[in-house]
Amino acid sequence: MTRPRTLYEKIWDAHVVEQRPDGTCLIFIDRHLVHEVTSPQAFAGLRASGRTVRRPDLTLAVPDHNVPTTARLDASGNRLPIADPESAAQLAALEKNAPEFGIRYIDAVAPEQGIVHVVGPEQGFSLPGTTIVCGDSHTACHGGIGALAFGIGTSEVEHVLATQTLLLQPSKTMEVRVEGEVGPGVSAKDIILHITGTIGAAGGTGHVIEYTGSAIRALSIEGRLTISNMAIEGGARAGLIAPDETTFAYLKGRPYAPKGADWDAAVAYWESLATDPGATYDKVVIIDAADIAPSVTWGTSPEDVVPITGVVPDPASFADPSKQVAAAKSLAYMGLEPGTRMQDVPVENIFIGSCTNSRIEDMRAAAAVIKGRKKAANVKWAIVVPGSGLVKAQAEAEGLDRIFTDAGLEWREPGCSACLAMNPDKVPAGERCASTSNRNFVGRQGPGSRTHLVSPAMAAAAAVTGRLTDVRELMA
Amino acid sequence: MTPLNLIDGRAIPFGLKNVDTDVIIPAHWLKTTTREGMGRGAFEAIRKDPDNIFDSAEYKGAPILIAGDNFGCGSSREHAAWALGDLGIRVVIAPSYSDIFSGNAVKNGILPVVLPQAAIDRLMEVAQTDPIHVDLENQTVTTMFQDRFTFEIDPFRKMCLLEGLDEISLTEKSAAAIGAYEQKLAQDRPWLQPSL
Repeated sequence: MTRPRTLYEKIWDAHVVEQRPDGTCLIFIDRHLVHEVTSPQAFAGLRASGRTVRRPDLTLAVPDHNVPTTARLDASGNRLPIADPESAAQLAALEKNAPEFGIRYIDAVAPEQGIVHVVGPEQGFSLPGTTIVCGDSHTACHGGIGALAFGIGTSEVEHVLATQTLLLQPSKTMEVRVEGEVGPGVSAKDIILHITGTIGAAGGTGHVIEYTGSAIRALSIEGRLTISNMAIEGGARAGLIAPDETTFAYLKGRPYAPKGADWDAAVAYWESLATDPGATYDKVVIIDAADIAPSVTWGTSPEDVVPITGVVPDPASFADPSKQVAAAKSLAYMGLEPGTRMQDVPVENIFIGSCTNSRIEDMRAAAAVIKGRKKAANVKWAIVVPGSGLVKAQAEAEGLDRIFTDAGLEWREPGCSACLAMNPDKVPAGERCASTSNRNFVGRQGPGSRTHLVSPAMAAAAAVTGRLTDVRELMA
Repeated sequence: MTPLNLIDGRAIPFGLKNVDTDVIIPAHWLKTTTREGMGRGAFEAIRKDPDNIFDSAEYKGAPILIAGDNFGCGSSREHAAWALGDLGIRVVIAPSYSDIFSGNAVKNGILPVVLPQAAIDRLMEVAQTDPIHVDLENQTVTTMFQDRFTFEIDPFRKMCLLEGLDEISLTEKSAAAIGAYEQKLAQDRPWLQPSL
């Protein structure tokens, strides 16, 4: 009998092309997603060495980081120029490189365009049990459908383009089990913020995290993608959630997904991937879903999480001296005093979007809170950025765009937007943003910007009250 | 890639933990299509202060950087490694790194040395006044005060750094194995071929 294996080990074993004496493995990559920011140097490298793309059929390119979220076409349907010459040059480079190397390309004005981590699952290009890479750390996202997916640097992008493989050391495994039912107002985002606060920003370093337990099983695919998306915020290069009926129902009929007899064979294979009874993880963390409140970050590391009912912590309250220093620096940057109630913190900016929270379910959750209400007077800038053109179209079909615009929020075109402020969507220096994105790093949403990470419903609540708000108060 | 073995020089006693790649190189520096010149954007927010350590007479161009836990966390941007390299940094010494950053570092001829916090504390002290010596072949970090710390490194990464290897050329030697895997995959899991 074979040794019981985890989901991670099964996917890993199925992708080993060669094992080197030192344990390093040459791993086959099933899917490669490419965007405009981390690929130009890789294509230049291929060109300089006279190499080609080994498997263009397994590669999909889409621009997302730099694209403006304002209108991209004029009244007569002509493409509008991109004001920032550097952004324009990067987008032009991808538009040239993709056809030159024979790669599938979704252009900036195509109906399917969007954030690469929204587009992959939505198109059925990302599949369970596959290895997926992209030059972006939030590639961990695709683990939500049971793919071993992780971010790579540009040298690795070039390596995958040239060889369809990567040289990797096997990771350690970590199980994060969330058992029980979450309370009202608690979303997938609150679960992953709570997990990140519990394990720390380096808690999963060197590991692949498998999220298990009844609270994870109960999540939709949108929610699971949100969870796995932020595996990297806990230090894990990849997250995984075992594929199940929810996964299959989500993927069936998607454009690139298997069809007919192929579909049945694929499902049979995917069903065999779940972690075997008796398989062990290197590390196990167990969380009671009932302990998870709507959550918010106070500092400049995604581990700086408190329940919305909590207060800004005193740096002296941390046991680790280096964390005391870091917390004091964070509070100075964030302009916060220890002991301040999180619900008393005013916000001037709202960002609902990013690869963490820009899918249809996120749009619905935010709209449900906003409906019939108005943006607070002190909120200067509030934008809703759907994750893809298809999410945008679906939301518009459901009238969600009107709910946002009637409340005074802006309804934008899809892209990464203010998550990392590479396009014109930025939070001004010294101002706060209740943001559904994944990183609250110094300067992440623009130089001097102060980010509070929250769920879509919590961001909507903050838009209405003009301060960080317990969404449960608006749900009564 | 420039081979790396012995590095002897001043070490920037930076020391902070959870230094993320947005701090190392903010996103607006990512709008380039080349690898060059990233040093100008390295640690931009910190270097706005004219008295910052990176531009001080003492540490400008120093080949070693000492940092805290979880160095290079966050984004996968290889620009962080390019920026450090462009600043002249060949070795980072820290208790731990994000997995993606340490891989990117090695691919750009930068050695990520892992040492326990106690060793970091001592090296931070030495770095205030004196140089530090790093020996990759023997996997040691030493000072003129008889400090001697040994570090572990993955043998493959060590070889790549010592020989300045191009990983793609190395993998291309396995072209036959990759081809055989692809053939088997087409039989075992034909549904993996994208249906469009």
